[in-house]
Amino acid sequence: MNLLEIEDLKATIAGHEVLRGVNLVVPGGEVHAVMGPNGSGKSSLAHVLAGKPGYEVTSGKVRFMGQDLLALAPEERAWAGLFLAFQYPVAIPGVNNTYFLRSALNAHRKARGQDEIDSRDLLSKMRQIMKELGMDPKLAQRHVNDGFSGGEKKHNEVLQMSVLEPRFAILDETDSGLDIDALRMVAEGVNRLRSPERAFLVVTHYQRLLDYIIPDVVHVFAEGRIVKSGGKELALELESKGYGWLKEARP
Amino acid sequence: MTDNVELREIAGRDYEHGWETKIETRSLPPGLDEGTIRFISREKDEPAWMLNWRLAAFARWKEMAEPNWQKVKYPRIDYQALSYYSAPNTKKRPKSLEEVDPELLRTYEKLGIPLHEQATLAGVAVDAVFDSVSVATTFREKLGEAGVIFCSMSEAVREHPDLVRKYLGSVVPVADNYFAALNSAVFSDGSFVFIPRGVRCPMELSTYFRINARNTGQFERTLIVAEDDSYVSYLEGCTAPQRDENQLHAAVVELVAFDRAEIKYSTVQNWYPGDEHGKGGIYNFVTKRGACRGIRSKISWTQVETGSAITWKYPSCILQGDESVGEFYSVALTAKRQQADTGTKMIHIGKNTKSTIISKGISAAHGDNTYRGLVKIMPGADGARNYTQCDSLLLSATSGAHTFPYVEVRNPTAKVEHEATTSKISDDQLFYLAQRGLNEEAAVSMIVNGFCREVFNQLPMEFAVEANKLMSVSLEGAVG
Repeated sequence: MNLLEIEDLKATIAGHEVLRGVNLVVPGGEVHAVMGPNGSGKSSLAHVLAGKPGYEVTSGKVRFMGQDLLALAPEERAWAGLFLAFQYPVAIPGVNNTYFLRSALNAHRKARGQDEIDSRDLLSKMRQIMKELGMDPKLAQRHVNDGFSGGEKKHNEVLQMSVLEPRFAILDETDSGLDIDALRMVAEGVNRLRSPERAFLVVTHYQRLLDYIIPDVVHVFAEGRIVKSGGKELALELESKGYGWLKEARP
Repeated sequence: MTDNVELREIAGRDYEHGWETKIETRSLPPGLDEGTIRFISREKDEPAWMLNWRLAAFARWKEMAEPNWQKVKYPRIDYQALSYYSAPNTKKRPKSLEEVDPELLRTYEKLGIPLHEQATLAGVAVDAVFDSVSVATTFREKLGEAGVIFCSMSEAVREHPDLVRKYLGSVVPVADNYFAALNSAVFSDGSFVFIPRGVRCPMELSTYFRINARNTGQFERTLIVAEDDSYVSYLEGCTAPQRDENQLHAAVVELVAFDRAEIKYSTVQNWYPGDEHGKGGIYNFVTKRGACRGIRSKISWTQVETGSAITWKYPSCILQGDESVGEFYSVALTAKRQQADTGTKMIHIGKNTKSTIISKGISAAHGDNTYRGLVKIMPGADGARNYTQCDSLLLSATSGAHTFPYVEVRNPTAKVEHEATTSKISDDQLFYLAQRGLNEEAAVSMIVNGFCREVFNQLPMEFAVEANKLMSVSLEGAVG
């Protein structure tokens, strides 16, 4: 089954066109990588899918597990199972990370008609994830992203993703600014969630993350649309040739 | 940790304590003269000295003018149009809980303050004040075993006259200000706490104030004395029915701490705030002051002010004893058309005295929030230290936040620090929380609760949960 179907998606921000006709189909069980130069619209795609205010969709359709994704509010997209790991996670001072995660998870559960999670169950789940991924257990008690290093913020995104267990996760340049250990941890966080009913869209500027998260399909973004798609070897080709040759090859 | 689902359910309600108890009362008709004061004093079987004290206060009050320096605005109060006494017309002075009118017990139960000792929050003793009188005080025997006196002020005047005479008016003099003078003349009840030398009070003490009667002012008086090496944590809670007219609440609270004694005084104020057009609500004009008389004594004020049409108060500390410590932790939320002008005064007199002020103001809808504080370092206060932090959070374009920090330093060795910030909830925060599944109301509530964290952390556990809920309720419909 296709989890996500994007058809001729166009969007603007402040009158500037950032998506110029994106077509993309992601079936369950697959990992799709979106690569491309800075300013090519990769992050805009992630934002538009998550419903970030400020973007205006001017044409196109997005179906998410059969639903019209663009008709949903950002929190409804989250409840439906869409998760965005932010490139720049936001601090919420004074709010305990565990409390935040419990509130988030319970909001999801309520929307699905499920009972609230037992606090002890959540804590043991968090402990297990943090242990498996080698995170500092203190992360659970700190205030959401407040005073976190760049790496810690990304750890926190992966922790949230692992607890919320989304059907479709978008990682927006989660690898930027990470050292090799942190990169491995992020990859491990994704790989342990890979399953036939779940899919990932990994937005990245560099090929190196894809050494650890092996993609099924690689798409190349340029000037607001996908200009080339291929298997995982496309990432390596981009690594050696850069993006210039694609611009020339553009139709 | 609190429960967010519960928070959101509560956020869907309006002021939840707006109902009225139907009970026969013994009330004075509106009006204020010496006869009013004599009536109140007689009603309470007061000794002559107490009546004379009241009459002297009344004489001073008549010569005083209502202050007008405050930022808050309200129509002129007609003091002759208020009733100064209203009490449930029940059996005179019940000796035990069994004798208390069941209707009153039900009232407090409905407010979440069950007075039956087996049902109360473990470890919290309650004095319940209904309009002008205290209707019950729980756990008195248990406290008595520790030597702690916890009773209504009326009872203290009769049973512990020496203590009351010694300390009443010793921190807030009769003519300290217009409302304190009025209170001194007509105060009807309140709580009295005495912690003897070396005693750590075995439970939290609390007073729950309820205004029920129409057109009635509530003038309560609280006095807490902590002798050498003692400790007490005290909390007050307040609610009132929803009414279209404004009601005056003019209380006086005095705290006295001797050598190494510590008093922790917490307030969760949720008087009826009025409606979104500014109709009705309580005028909360209160004088609260603590004297750290002994060396290394400590007084800590924590207040969460979410109710009242107008909140106007400055819980203060006079740091007389060397190395004494004063603290003020405040959250003031103004939504609807609420106004607040609140803060503290820290008067450093003793050597190496220390004070900390953490103030968090939240302004929503048409709310107007003012922090006003004074840090005064007297010439003898060598090595005095103050740290002040005032943070304001604006949730709407129509709300206001103002900060007036006054600093007077007369000793060159003093160190005074002040930090202030004003912020708004960012779109990035809201989007981040929305992406994690929190709708706007839940997200704002979470951000505001986080903003208040440093203050809520100072509250006793049970009340921190209560404070979290209150913020959510008060913010209902106020965002945007």
